[in-house]
Amino acid sequence: MELVDENKLAKNKKRNQAIAFWIFRILSYAVVAILFVILSFIIIKGFSVISWDFITKMPEEGMTKGGIFPAIIGTLCLVGGSMLFAFPVGVFAAIYMNEYVKDGIIKKIIKQMTNNLAGIPSIVFGLFGMSLFVNKLGFGDSLLAGSLTLGLLALPVVIRITEEALKSVDNTFRQASLGLGASKWETTRRVVLPIAFPNIITGLILSIGRVSGETAPILFTVAAYFLPKLPTSIFDQAMALPYHLYVISTSGTNIEESRPIAYGTALVLIFIVLIANLLANGLRKYFGKKVKMN
Amino acid sequence: MKTFYKKFSEKFIEGLLMLSGTITSLTVVLIVFFLFKEGLGVFDKKPVEEGYVIALSKSNPLKTLSSEQIKNIYDQKITHWSEIGGKPDSIILFRAEDISNFYSDEEIGENFEGLSTCINRLVDSLPDIIAFFPKKYLAKDFKGHELTVDKVSLKEFFGGKEWFPTAQPSAQLGVLPLILGTLWVSFGAILLALPLGLAAAIFMSEIAKDNVRRIMKPLIELLAGIPSVVYGFFGLVIIVPLIQKTFNLPVGETGLAGSIILGIMALPTIITISEDAMRNTPRAMKEASLALGASKWQTIYKVVIPYSISGISAGAILGIGRAIGETMAVLMVTGNAAVIPHSILEPVRTIPATIAAELGEAPNGGLHYQALFALGCILFLITLFINLAVEFISNRKQHNKH
Repeated sequence: MELVDENKLAKNKKRNQAIAFWIFRILSYAVVAILFVILSFIIIKGFSVISWDFITKMPEEGMTKGGIFPAIIGTLCLVGGSMLFAFPVGVFAAIYMNEYVKDGIIKKIIKQMTNNLAGIPSIVFGLFGMSLFVNKLGFGDSLLAGSLTLGLLALPVVIRITEEALKSVDNTFRQASLGLGASKWETTRRVVLPIAFPNIITGLILSIGRVSGETAPILFTVAAYFLPKLPTSIFDQAMALPYHLYVISTSGTNIEESRPIAYGTALVLIFIVLIANLLANGLRKYFGKKVKMN
Repeated sequence: MKTFYKKFSEKFIEGLLMLSGTITSLTVVLIVFFLFKEGLGVFDKKPVEEGYVIALSKSNPLKTLSSEQIKNIYDQKITHWSEIGGKPDSIILFRAEDISNFYSDEEIGENFEGLSTCINRLVDSLPDIIAFFPKKYLAKDFKGHELTVDKVSLKEFFGGKEWFPTAQPSAQLGVLPLILGTLWVSFGAILLALPLGLAAAIFMSEIAKDNVRRIMKPLIELLAGIPSVVYGFFGLVIIVPLIQKTFNLPVGETGLAGSIILGIMALPTIITISEDAMRNTPRAMKEASLALGASKWQTIYKVVIPYSISGISAGAILGIGRAIGETMAVLMVTGNAAVIPHSILEPVRTIPATIAAELGEAPNGGLHYQALFALGCILFLITLFINLAVEFISNRKQHNKH
C-alpha cells in the first residue's frame, strides 16, 4: 500500500517540476522574444530609409526630407566630449579608491556617494546641468554644457567598471613590483593598469553606448530642435540623435510624413548600441582568452 | 635631487587622484545644492505672476484669498462673495482685456495711457468687482485695495489636486496628481515585469544549460542598452495603437502603455540582480536538499528562492526606482494629462515627464521654473530613499551570512 503511494508522490513531484520548468522556459523565451520584436521592428522599418544620403545630408523641408547628418555629428561630439571628461576622471577616481585610500570612513563615504550618483534619474542631471552649466556658469545651451552633464552621468559607470578591472588584478603583481623598489604610482602605472586595461576599455565602450542614447540630460543643456548646420565651437548648440528621434516622432510639423526619418534615426541609434555591445563582448572574449594563455 | 623630484611627483599624483576620488561626492553635493536652492524658492513666492495685481473695491472687507479660491472665482465656480466669507452679492470678474466693455477707446487712449485712470474709476464704482491687471496700470491714488495673496504653502503644494503652473491669474501647483501618476505607472510596470523577470532569472541560474545561459546573458544586457527614447518610439508606434484598438479608447496614450514600456525597461535590472542573488546560493545547501530526495524544482522554491529573497527584493525595488526616474519613454506614451488617475486606461503624467515637457517653456527663475525644480527635489528624494533601502536590504543579507 505504502509503496504505491510513494510512487504516486514521486510521479506528482516529477510532473510538478516539468510544469514549473516549462513555464519558466516559456517566460524566459518571451523576454528574449520581446527584445527580438523591438529590434527586428526597428531594423525592418528603418532599413529601407537608410542610404548614403540619409546619413550625410542635412535635414530639409521641416525635417520631413533629407538626412540626419548634423544629428549624427552632434551625438559624436557629445559622446567624445563627455568621455574626454568622464574617462580620465573616472579612471583616476577608481585608482584612488582601489589602490590608494585605506579601508575606512573616507572610502565608505566615497563609495556611498558614487552609488547615490548612479541612482539619480537622468532628468535630474538635466535640471542640474541646466542650472549649473547653462545658467550659473553661463555656457548657454552648448556642446560644453551638454558634454559635462553627460560626463557626470557616465562617471559612476566608468568608476565601477574600472574598479572591477583593478580588483581583478592579482595582488602578487603589486607586491612583486613594490618589492623591487617601485613606488606606488610606478606600480599602478606600469603593472596594474596594463593588466587591467582590456577590461577598462570594454567598460569605456559600454558607457559610450549608454551615453549616446541619453535624451533627458541634453534636453535643456545642448539640444537644438532644427539646426541644419554643424557646430563650430564648444559653445554652439547641436542636434543629437536621441533628441531628434523624440522631436520628430512626437512634435514635428508633420508627424506622418517624417515617420520614415524617425525609423531611420532609431535604426542608427540602435546600430550604435549594437556595435558598442558587440565590440565590448568581443573584446571581453578576446582578452579573456589571452590572459588565460599567459 | 632625483629622490626629491620623485617624492614630489608621487605626492602630486596622489593629490590628483584624491581630487578625482572626491568628484562624485562633490557632484552629489552640488546637485543637492542647486536642486534645493531653486526648488525651495517656490515656497517663497506668490502664485500670482510677478508684475500683476489682484484688487478689490475699498468697501470689500476681504483682505486675502488663497490661490485655489482665486482660481475658482475666475473659473466661475465661486460666484458669490458669501461663499468665501464676504457679503451676499455676486462677484463681478474683471481682467485688463475686458476694459473695452466698460470704456470707449478714446478714454483708454491709443497706447493705453488712460488705462490706469479707467481701472481706478471702475474699481471705485463697482463694489463687487475683483480686478486682475498688470501692476504698471495701478494708479498712484488707487481707490481700491490690493489683495494680498498667500505664498505657496507646503500644504497646497503636496495636497493640491491640480497642476496648472501657468494658469492666470493664479497658478495651481498641486503635485498630488503627478506623484500619484508616477507611482501608478511604476507599480503597474513592476507588476508586469516581476513575474517575467523572476522566471527568467530562475531559468538562467538554475534550469538552463550553460550554453543557453551564455547566449541569453548578452541579450539581456542588450535589452538594457537600448536607449529609452527608442523604447518610447516603439511604444508610440506599436503599443499605443494596439491599446487603443483593443480597448476601444479615444486615445491609446494611457497609463497602461507607460506601464508596459517601463516594465520591459525594468526587466534587465530585475533579471540581473535576482540571478546574481540566486547563483550565490551555496552549493552545499542545494546539494543537501537534493540529497534528501527533493526534486530540483522543490530545491528551487524551498531553498534557492528563500535564500536569495533579499537579493530578489533588492532587484524589484531597484526596478521600481528605475521606472520612477525614467523620463523619455513615459513622456512619449502616457498622454501626459495632469489629473489623478482612476483607471489604467486613462492618460497620466509622471514627475519626470512633467519636468521634461515644461522646463523648456518655463521662464528662467520664475515660479513655474522653481516649481519644476521642486519636482526634481521630490524625484531625487524618492530615488535616494529607494537606493538606501536597497543597500539596507543587501547589507542585512551579508550580516546574516556571517
